[in-house]
Amino acid sequence: MADIVLDKVSKSFPDGTVAVRDVDLEIADGEFVILVGPSGCGKSTTLNMIAGLEDITGGELRIAGERVNDKAPRDRDIAMVFQSYALYPNMTVRENMAFPLRLAKLDKETIEQKVSEAAKVLELTALLDRKPANLSGGQRQRVAMGRAIVRSPKAFLMDEPLSNLDAKLRVQMRTVVSRLQKKLGTTTVYVTHDQTEAMTLGDRVVIMRGGAVQQVGPPQELYDNPANLFVAGFIGSPSMNFLHAAVEDGKLRTAVGDVPLGDRIRRELTAEDAPRELILGIRPEHFEDASLIDDETRARGTEFEAPVEIVESMGSDKYVYLTVEGERASAAELEELAADVGTEDLTGSGSSLVTRLSAESTVAEGESRRIWFNLEKIHLFDPSNGRNLTLHEGRAAGALAS
Amino acid sequence: MAAMDTTAAAKWRWGLLDVVVVVFALVPVLWIASLSFKTTGTLTDGNFIPREWTLDNYRTIFSTDQFVRALVNSIGIALIATTIAVVLGTMAAYAVARLDFPGKKALVGVSLLIAMFPQVSLVSPLFEIERSLGLFDTWPGLILPYITFALPLAIYTLSAFFKQIPWDLEKAAKMDGATQGQAFRRVIAPLAAPGVFTTAILVFIFCWNDFLFAISLTSTERSRTVPVALSFFTGESQFEDPTGAICAAAVVITIPIILFVLFFQRRIVSGLTSGAVKG
Repeated sequence: MADIVLDKVSKSFPDGTVAVRDVDLEIADGEFVILVGPSGCGKSTTLNMIAGLEDITGGELRIAGERVNDKAPRDRDIAMVFQSYALYPNMTVRENMAFPLRLAKLDKETIEQKVSEAAKVLELTALLDRKPANLSGGQRQRVAMGRAIVRSPKAFLMDEPLSNLDAKLRVQMRTVVSRLQKKLGTTTVYVTHDQTEAMTLGDRVVIMRGGAVQQVGPPQELYDNPANLFVAGFIGSPSMNFLHAAVEDGKLRTAVGDVPLGDRIRRELTAEDAPRELILGIRPEHFEDASLIDDETRARGTEFEAPVEIVESMGSDKYVYLTVEGERASAAELEELAADVGTEDLTGSGSSLVTRLSAESTVAEGESRRIWFNLEKIHLFDPSNGRNLTLHEGRAAGALAS
Repeated sequence: MAAMDTTAAAKWRWGLLDVVVVVFALVPVLWIASLSFKTTGTLTDGNFIPREWTLDNYRTIFSTDQFVRALVNSIGIALIATTIAVVLGTMAAYAVARLDFPGKKALVGVSLLIAMFPQVSLVSPLFEIERSLGLFDTWPGLILPYITFALPLAIYTLSAFFKQIPWDLEKAAKMDGATQGQAFRRVIAPLAAPGVFTTAILVFIFCWNDFLFAISLTSTERSRTVPVALSFFTGESQFEDPTGAICAAAVVITIPIILFVLFFQRRIVSGLTSGAVKG
């Protein structure tokens, strides 16, 4: 067990492309850190550099205080679980799990004991004599994990280990991974492109984009206080709603009505180079059916009326899609996020808002409904650089903060 | 994928085609086998099934030192050449499939060039070279050119096999604490085994069947291989045709090839890499 420190770690290729740019990250002993981002953001490259499968072209990597830049993977004492599982097809489950121990030249009894212990933890005992070809996807995945835990390495690296499983099994394996990591207390770096995995698994989440770290923090903190537009759009499902907002007379003119601004935001907007146009971000759960809230709550927000397009009742609450007119919010970050999800070509006039209302709401498709939203929870972003203007000393303060 | 055509008419059509192909390929072989069992008198009677069966032809060839000696030469030379070519070819193919090294394109290009080069044009220079080096009419004198011409074949076949093996397996082995060499020996090589065996068969057949080099680069029983020895067969008198003996010898030299193929075929298990990675 050990801590892992990335000190301005970079990766550039001979042709000049930079895959990873000055990544600074301190992973504490026993911590579970998630690297997340859209494809091509450099998260897998970063993991491979920690593993030693790819050369580090700049900066320093330290494991347990020791510089390991030039060490071969075998001398770093870390185990890795691959997306493809990478089980040795010519060996049985037992032999697969014993392989790292045999390479470490342990004696037969110790190997046998360690393998059966690991098999017990992962419920693989009955499968020990099977070949990988005769296992289901979930079982193969567990064997891959078994091979990693069996030699008690300093750290685990996991490269999208669950992305080949079907949705149901993925949820199940997520808890297996989480429980295993807590039980063993081994430092773990986990790469995923799935924000749900990132939110549920990690102690801390590192969000990457274009080879650079965007924000690092516990999942809830990233959700509540996104540093920029990209983080705000990436974390959360359904994702945050973004609306175009024009600054006029100390107010914001938006498709969901005028939004009053507090002193602090107003001060920021009076600066010479302050943007005249902003992007307003509201999470789906910060909307509510206006007829369901008391006066005290009502005062903290503002209301608007919009036609209801679709109602999806989830039982516990309702997802309501509203149509709002007006300009779309546009920024490089938003286009990138849309491209990652595959919706970049879905451009209609106006935009659709996703809201999460209480189950008691009597909202129906086709009607026009008064909707309230919480001004204390909204975010304002500068479209030119994506910065979250509502963030004050690392905490989002809403639009009204003074 | 279209469903396989399983109507009765289609079955007949395919069946007929299969029979034609098999008959076309096997009749000459069976004809030789049949001739080898005929007596001298009935040799030219044109019957497919011999009227009088005899093993005389087989006794004749094994009674002469000439044939047995050639058989030993053939087996020895072919086995040694195959082993060396496959070992070198495996290493080269692995490098070609997995590594980026300067001159990789040149290596692949040159080996393709060697494979295309007409062998007959090399016979005279080789003859001169081997005579001045003292390799003429020796085992190494045949083994060396066989390796040269078998290597491109081996490299091409094997690198195709190596390219099929998932890269992740080697990474996994390295993460598990293997050196490059251990990763190759314990993970990659066992998976490449079907490819190695296939290549071994092809190379062995090439060495075993070669006539051109064998007749040009040998002069005595010391290193003469079977295909050449056959051409030196004579009857008991100069008026007697050694057809029966040649046929018997032809049958005998086919047997090692069949054994070799059968032996290795059992090791060519398809789908050996299944289960390694999610497909």
